Amino acid sequence: MDQPPAIELRGLVRRFGERTVLREVSVSVPAGATLAVLGRNGAGKSTLLRILATLLRPHAGSVAVLGEALPRRAFAVRGRLGLLGHDPLLYRDLSGRENLGYHARLHGVGVARVDEVLEAVGMRERAEEPVRLLSRGMVQRLAVCRAVLHRPSLLLLDEPLANLDPAAGGLVAPLIGRASGATRVLTSHDPRAALAEADLVLGLEGGRAAFLAEPSRVDAEAVARLYA
Amino acid sequence: MREGRGPGSWETVLAVLRKDLLLELRGLEVVPAMVLFALATLVVFHFGLNRDTVDGQLAAGVLTVTLLFAAMLGINRLFVAEREQGGFDAFLLAPVDRSTLLVAKAMALFLFLAVLEVIAVPAFGLMLLGAPLGRVLPGLIAMLALGDVALAVIGTLVSAIAVHTRARDLIGPIIGLPLLLPALIALARGVGPLMGGHGSVWPPGRWVLILALYDVVFALLAYAVFDFLLED
Amino acid sequence: MYGRGLRGLAIATVLTITAAFALVFFYAPLDADQGFVQKIFYVHVPLAITALCGFVFGGLLGGLYLRTGDRKWDIRSYVAIHMALIFGVGTLITGGIWAKASWGHWWVWSDPTLTSFLIVMLLFATYQPLRFSIEDPERQSRYAGVFAVVAGAFVPLNFIAVRAAQGYVHPRVLTLTGGNLPGSMRLTFLISLVGMALLYVTLWKYEMAAKATRMQVRALRRTLLGEDSVAPLKRSAAPS
Repeated sequence: MDQPPAIELRGLVRRFGERTVLREVSVSVPAGATLAVLGRNGAGKSTLLRILATLLRPHAGSVAVLGEALPRRAFAVRGRLGLLGHDPLLYRDLSGRENLGYHARLHGVGVARVDEVLEAVGMRERAEEPVRLLSRGMVQRLAVCRAVLHRPSLLLLDEPLANLDPAAGGLVAPLIGRASGATRVLTSHDPRAALAEADLVLGLEGGRAAFLAEPSRVDAEAVARLYA
Repeated sequence: MREGRGPGSWETVLAVLRKDLLLELRGLEVVPAMVLFALATLVVFHFGLNRDTVDGQLAAGVLTVTLLFAAMLGINRLFVAEREQGGFDAFLLAPVDRSTLLVAKAMALFLFLAVLEVIAVPAFGLMLLGAPLGRVLPGLIAMLALGDVALAVIGTLVSAIAVHTRARDLIGPIIGLPLLLPALIALARGVGPLMGGHGSVWPPGRWVLILALYDVVFALLAYAVFDFLLED
Repeated sequence: MYGRGLRGLAIATVLTITAAFALVFFYAPLDADQGFVQKIFYVHVPLAITALCGFVFGGLLGGLYLRTGDRKWDIRSYVAIHMALIFGVGTLITGGIWAKASWGHWWVWSDPTLTSFLIVMLLFATYQPLRFSIEDPERQSRYAGVFAVVAGAFVPLNFIAVRAAQGYVHPRVLTLTGGNLPGSMRLTFLISLVGMALLYVTLWKYEMAAKATRMQVRALRRTLLGEDSVAPLKRSAAPS
């Protein structure tokens, strides 16, 4: 059966005032595949993720996520994607369990699912403590829980392994790794790690697509130039 | 705007309200500050007016201004946690109606104001008011409830506007105050006859009507425009 | 563009206002109680009415911006409110002069029309600071649109509340229907009102034409001389 691509961008443009942050970006990601987005700070990676997450409107070009055109059909996409960004999106004064309980209610997910994900990332013992008392790694693990609570079919991961030690990285892998089965878009400060995980690599330079290729065809020099 | 996914509107409102009350219980930041501020304002009025007791329209004015000042504190803080801790994004990512946030926040602010008044109004009765409060209490509560709706609706709207500006502590009050003026006029003038002297037990009908009209118009208006404040 | 018809409109404005002033000084009778100073009425009231209509007009345009998302409506709304603010300041000054001359004080609270006007001015005076404190231009436009709609609806409601709070002290020459206004006064007043409204429309169109031209020049420079030839926009309350 032919599935529509999970993400279909054509000539995507986004401006902030007079500054153009994304210029004519086009990419198509099949369902279940992983797209790695590489580029320096300010290359437009986070903006791209926020547009895919329906949090920012595109200014020109067409964007379709999970078969729905954005921004018109944004409400049909919400709740089917999980965003893991720099900001954990957790209230510092509430405990992990209270935070996840809130998100579970917003997404119409049963509370049993909260225990399930807390268990999976090994945070069950610390789930009653206010988030502000937890280490950054633990907060990141809770943020992973938050992002996957509603079993999204598209994961938008902005440096998902930041602050995580290898052991914790192993714990979250079934939730946000390839094993999750979701279509994934990920950025990473470590291009090698990202290349290893990806089916498709998009290099962004000054908001423009510098290259778009399978990892085996991405040449190391092009990646190095991106970060030069 | 939903397509059978996610929770219903009331469930969303209750989820957000519950989260806000929980945050306030944990932090005890806003309501205690509002109460202390109101009590301190009463002391300022005692010295500023150089009066041990006030009654009539003067008493109504003192009460209105005291509650307004305290409400401003709550209004300024209403969306700060959402802005600083990612609550807006988290809410926008969920498959829920945007307007539920307005309803939930206005309800939270209304509850904060009610708690404030449960303490501040008796304190005002003890500290400054010359006349007894007992007999006029039902009328006063009705009038204050209508006033709280106005404060909650306008407060939520203005706070949602101000929280995304650079000078949010300034923008909120300077927009909110003129916008609230008709409601404050109606509140003060409606409460005036209850503050002793006239022997009336209920506020004059026209002020109840004007305040109610104000509540309805701005509640509908806020509901109509609120979505635009959440887009990015 | 906005420049079209501007010349004709400007001429019509000048003619109407000249005619209005001629009528004010040579045709309209002296007021029995207030004497000559009452003639400021022919400036003050048309200014006030134009300013209030300008605010509501700005609110409607702001609503259109929110509906369509087209920036041109935001710019129109901005200019409408900006001009109305200027007319409003004129109203407060002429109102003060009139109050001083006829009641002996620069400011009187007993006049509900003047008081509500002050409240409306206090509200709309926050329009520019609000815009200025939002950096992202799109968010600025959207929030300004929300403000314009709410504040536009506020104008009539505010008048109801303030009028209920106070007696009817304002000289009743003010009723638009002109109940007790002698025919000659009413004619003069109506022509002054038309003149003031024309002035508002002319200034609005003029400012729109200026803004559109400035933006075109900027866009042309960008395409012809490259992106770097244009200095980035400074932080501003005005949309551009």
